[in-house]
Amino acid sequence: MTAVTADALRFDHRIIGEMVKASSVVLDVGCGTGDLLEYLVQEKGVSGSGVEISEEAIYSCVEKGLSVSHGDIDSGLREYPDKFFDYVIFNQTMQQVQKPCDAIGEALRIGKKVIVGFPNFCFVTARFQIFFAGHVPITPSLPYSWFDTPNLHFLSIKDFERFCGQQAIRIEKKLFTSGNHRVRVFPNLFAQNGIFQLSR
Amino acid sequence: MSEKAKKTEKTFVETRYYNSPEGSEFLLESGIILKDLKIAYETYGELNPDKDNAVLVCHALSGDAHAAGFKRGEKKPGWWDDMIGPGKAFDTDKFFVICSNVIGGCRGSSGPNSVNPATGKPYGLSFPLVSIRDMVRAQKQLMDFLGIQRLVAVSGGSMGGMQALQWSVEYPDMVASCIPIATTYKHSAQQIAFDEVGRQAIMADPAWNGGDYYEKNHPSSGLAVARMIGHITYMSDSSMENKFGRVLKKEKLGYEFATEFEVEGYLRYRGDSFVKRFDANSYLYITKAMDYFDMQKDRSLSFVFKNVKARFLVIAFSSDWLYPPYQSKEVVRALKMNGVDVTYCEISSDYGHDAFLLEFKEETKLIGHFIKNTYKKIRKAT
Repeated sequence: MTAVTADALRFDHRIIGEMVKASSVVLDVGCGTGDLLEYLVQEKGVSGSGVEISEEAIYSCVEKGLSVSHGDIDSGLREYPDKFFDYVIFNQTMQQVQKPCDAIGEALRIGKKVIVGFPNFCFVTARFQIFFAGHVPITPSLPYSWFDTPNLHFLSIKDFERFCGQQAIRIEKKLFTSGNHRVRVFPNLFAQNGIFQLSR
Repeated sequence: MSEKAKKTEKTFVETRYYNSPEGSEFLLESGIILKDLKIAYETYGELNPDKDNAVLVCHALSGDAHAAGFKRGEKKPGWWDDMIGPGKAFDTDKFFVICSNVIGGCRGSSGPNSVNPATGKPYGLSFPLVSIRDMVRAQKQLMDFLGIQRLVAVSGGSMGGMQALQWSVEYPDMVASCIPIATTYKHSAQQIAFDEVGRQAIMADPAWNGGDYYEKNHPSSGLAVARMIGHITYMSDSSMENKFGRVLKKEKLGYEFATEFEVEGYLRYRGDSFVKRFDANSYLYITKAMDYFDMQKDRSLSFVFKNVKARFLVIAFSSDWLYPPYQSKEVVRALKMNGVDVTYCEISSDYGHDAFLLEFKEETKLIGHFIKNTYKKIRKAT
């Protein structure tokens, strides 16, 4: 196993790593090949596990010594008791869930806190592409063509904040990124990604 | 001899036997006492001085203690040779791998074809019925004899997986990790039904003679039919279609009751080769043990696993309709409810239940790393 350092890590992983308290119990929903989880286990000493749909990604997780359950997100959360985790993380996966409202609801049931990271559909480049170029946006955080994308839902930072308000979900922290830096002004325009820490 | 020559020199494995101390009594789950317990076993790799690198592999219905390597004079290796050996999933360069024949079996351990010390003749049906838990408790005696107090992993497919699960709750302090594959925590009605058809095929054979046939003709045709039924349940619709389709043995239909389709020939061949190595009474005893298997009884499944200390790697196969993935998922869910460290993978495969013997590349990716990581954790903790 190679040591994971924050430098080599994706910027969004680093931000999530700063949100998560050391030695906490974490579920990474849609953990992929387990890079974030491995970082959290090694650097923050968390007790971590993942849910992942891809068989190949599970092999990578097991190789890293991570515990992961093969399953889809929509059904993978039901089996946990209430407030079982300190954090339930949806990083870049919430937009791929069949029913995000149910999934976040379940995550808030099984987790004390939920961290959601998602691509902002109303990033400035995306707006230009729609308005001037007249095509569905393709950006670094939304790199897929319409005919071959895992994304089922397209939302902006503003949409997500409105959703949290409607669902009576408390937003504890919110951070915005674009590439390798934080965005502090007009995030709905200038941020490619939003990362929210939620509780209920 | 040079190192290279040593490595290429073929080493043969041999089956060894553990005999419980003379006069000792083994109390079965049924309340009946079995005297003079005998266990056939094989080992691969070296037990280290700390005796902390042992792995137990448990066999399925038709398996035996010969899990890997070649026996002198035999052309076929052990039943899980793809998985056990130097650099393989159960890496014998690092681990001491043990496999033993289950009690009730017919390949060297106490079973219906072994000699009853009271009569000097084979037990036949006077051998007491055994359970999966009895098999596990017998294996525990073998571990005591070998001086092994903790196993890095207990693993097996099908009935071997039932034993692995039973180990994790029966001796929680002895099991560092548990790898149940293509298995269940309780036999379902469908599983019992197929077993019963197999048993009826054996018992309907006149040669079975109430289980008393050891000095006469064996009930080969009954056992062969039982095996044929078994084989159908081990495959899948698509694996049969891919392997045989409607291919004929001859050029055209003969309009006769002969073996005309390839699939018929295959099943007959499987049946006929099975009777040469397996005892019909053992088939009855072992299928009964599986049918009795129910870890849950009338409790919640999460209660069943509340004392386990092992970490788990649970593996199922997408096309396995005999031990469908949902049964493994229920185990995973119950383990999670107890906060147990569990990894679950449903390997995509067309091979049906047989996949646990065939999809060794995928299994190796999971099991190889899982065991090594478990061992690291053990060494770190001590």
